[in-house]
Amino acid sequence: MRRGPVALGLAAVTILALPLVAPVYHVLLMLPFMAYAVILLGLNLLFGYTGLVSFGHALFMGIGAYTGAVLTTHLGVRSLELILLASAVLGALVAAPVGALCVRYVKIYFGMLTLAFGMLFYTFLLKFYRLTGGDEGIRVLRPSLLGFDLAAVSKTDYLAGAYYYYSVAVLVLAALLMWRIVHSPFGLCLRTVRDNPAKAEALGISIVRSRWYAFVISAVYAAVGGALLGPPIGNVDPTLAYWTHSGNIVFMTLLGGFASFFGPVLGAFVFIFLQDTVMSVVPYWRLIFGAILAFLVIFAPGGLMGLFAGRRPGEVSRA
Amino acid sequence: MFYGDFCALDGVSLAINVGEFVSIIGPNGAGKSTLINVLTGALRPSAGTVLFKERDISGIGPVRLARLGMARSFQLVQIFPDLTVLETLQAAVVSRLNRGSRLFGSLSRDREVQEGALAIADLFGLAEKAHTPSKHLPQGDKKLLDVASAFALYPEIILLDEPTSGVSTRDKHAIMEILVSASRQLGIKSIIQVEHDMDIVFGYSDRIIALHQGKVLADGTPDEIMADEGVVDTVVGRKALAPGGGA
Ligand SMILES: Nc1ncnc2c1ncn2[C@@H]1O[C@H](COP(=O)(O)OP(=O)(O)O)[C@@H](O)[C@H]1O
Ligand SMILES: [Mg+2]
Repeated sequence: MRRGPVALGLAAVTILALPLVAPVYHVLLMLPFMAYAVILLGLNLLFGYTGLVSFGHALFMGIGAYTGAVLTTHLGVRSLELILLASAVLGALVAAPVGALCVRYVKIYFGMLTLAFGMLFYTFLLKFYRLTGGDEGIRVLRPSLLGFDLAAVSKTDYLAGAYYYYSVAVLVLAALLMWRIVHSPFGLCLRTVRDNPAKAEALGISIVRSRWYAFVISAVYAAVGGALLGPPIGNVDPTLAYWTHSGNIVFMTLLGGFASFFGPVLGAFVFIFLQDTVMSVVPYWRLIFGAILAFLVIFAPGGLMGLFAGRRPGEVSRA
Repeated sequence: MFYGDFCALDGVSLAINVGEFVSIIGPNGAGKSTLINVLTGALRPSAGTVLFKERDISGIGPVRLARLGMARSFQLVQIFPDLTVLETLQAAVVSRLNRGSRLFGSLSRDREVQEGALAIADLFGLAEKAHTPSKHLPQGDKKLLDVASAFALYPEIILLDEPTSGVSTRDKHAIMEILVSASRQLGIKSIIQVEHDMDIVFGYSDRIIALHQGKVLADGTPDEIMADEGVVDTVVGRKALAPGGGA
């Protein structure tokens, strides 16, 4: 019996049953996990499959989160379906030109350029007070789900109930779609570009176009996940778009392992719950996380998934 | 063709005809790889043009050239380390069928791609290693995979920069046999190869071009080349034509 499907099945059952058995506190912690899981599925198309490390994806998470806030607070749009759709579209619209520029560079130059665009957007959020609320941000009003208003439900019941399962559904859809993408002819082309750009081009595969597609898709995922981050907090502010937030999702990816499809999702899960635990014990969670990051890079570059896979010699680690 | 101030190719003028098997020979540094790079649009010549099917292709880059029907392999072996042999060939077939933008289609259920890749693997004797990651292949097989993936594009003309370097003479002949029969089966019309082994050069070529210090020293049939004392002395070498060598 293969372990992958079994683990996946167990995870699915656990996630579905959690609101029925676990304390509300932990159920609520699952909400950012699922939002980040969506974001990381997208980020890893760029990171693991295309070989590009973005330090600017907070830009797209910010676009999604602020789209939800502006729509609910300023424009009276409450439907979460519309919010997610608008986030995806806006994410793609911004990513198209930004990506077209960034993907012409590789390695540190690509990373720096994405970082620069992220900082631009962060500054925009801080300075355009009228639209963005500056450093205080904007409130996110409770979205309706599938046309159900749900305004009468208590906040906890809303988040730990309907919103929880809605997030599960979005994550499952996002994962299925991404699974198709990485196993498509396009997905194969991405891996050739990652492994050997010169050879890929000699085979007629356009590096720039492949990377650009991957960039835009990953931005759409980040925007959709970013939109999911807002409602549980009830407020969005510029820290969502700050570069450390980009760093966090890169960290989650490394933690879980970028060489496998679900590695980053595992990374998000461990990150969220570890951060919560460490923060409640010592005030220096960044110190602890820094040490973990250093350990990972030096001793376990394959992340947690790499450690599991390490016990199965002969198997190719890349999904 | 200049690299900075250094002139790597000087006044080279040649026309490759449909159906030709051409070998480019010459000592190290003669400009053979540079010529391949100019011919395949990877380098833009400082002066002059490269025409392919009546179109100027100087410096147009590899992607568009592959679309036009010209493929190449590299002197320094180029593989995708983490892709298996089959995945490498699939990538080439995907590119040939122009399916690289299919985002949601299933690769494993694309019969044409799967079968196309398997056929090439069979043709090149790589079928048994179909699921081996390229980085774990022996050096000779890496080279073969590099060449095989270029063949999988079904080009009209293929340029191979030392396709058998680092391979023993016996294996070289086996590889050449594969290349010749594969190009016949796949409808590849012309082959240009850089080769050092004079046994191979004289055994398979319709035409030989000898380069020396960036200039064409000689250009002719194997017999004409062999009759040219100057070329034999500077490029071919007397030893290569000793009894047993030659065509
Ligand atoms: N990128 C480069 N920059 C500068 N000089 C180069 C470069 N590539 C090749 N050369 C020089 O051009 C000459 C021809 O090189 P090359 O075409 O690789 O020769 P060959 O393949 O015949 O051995 C050599 O003297 C080499 O040093
Ligand atoms: Mg050379």
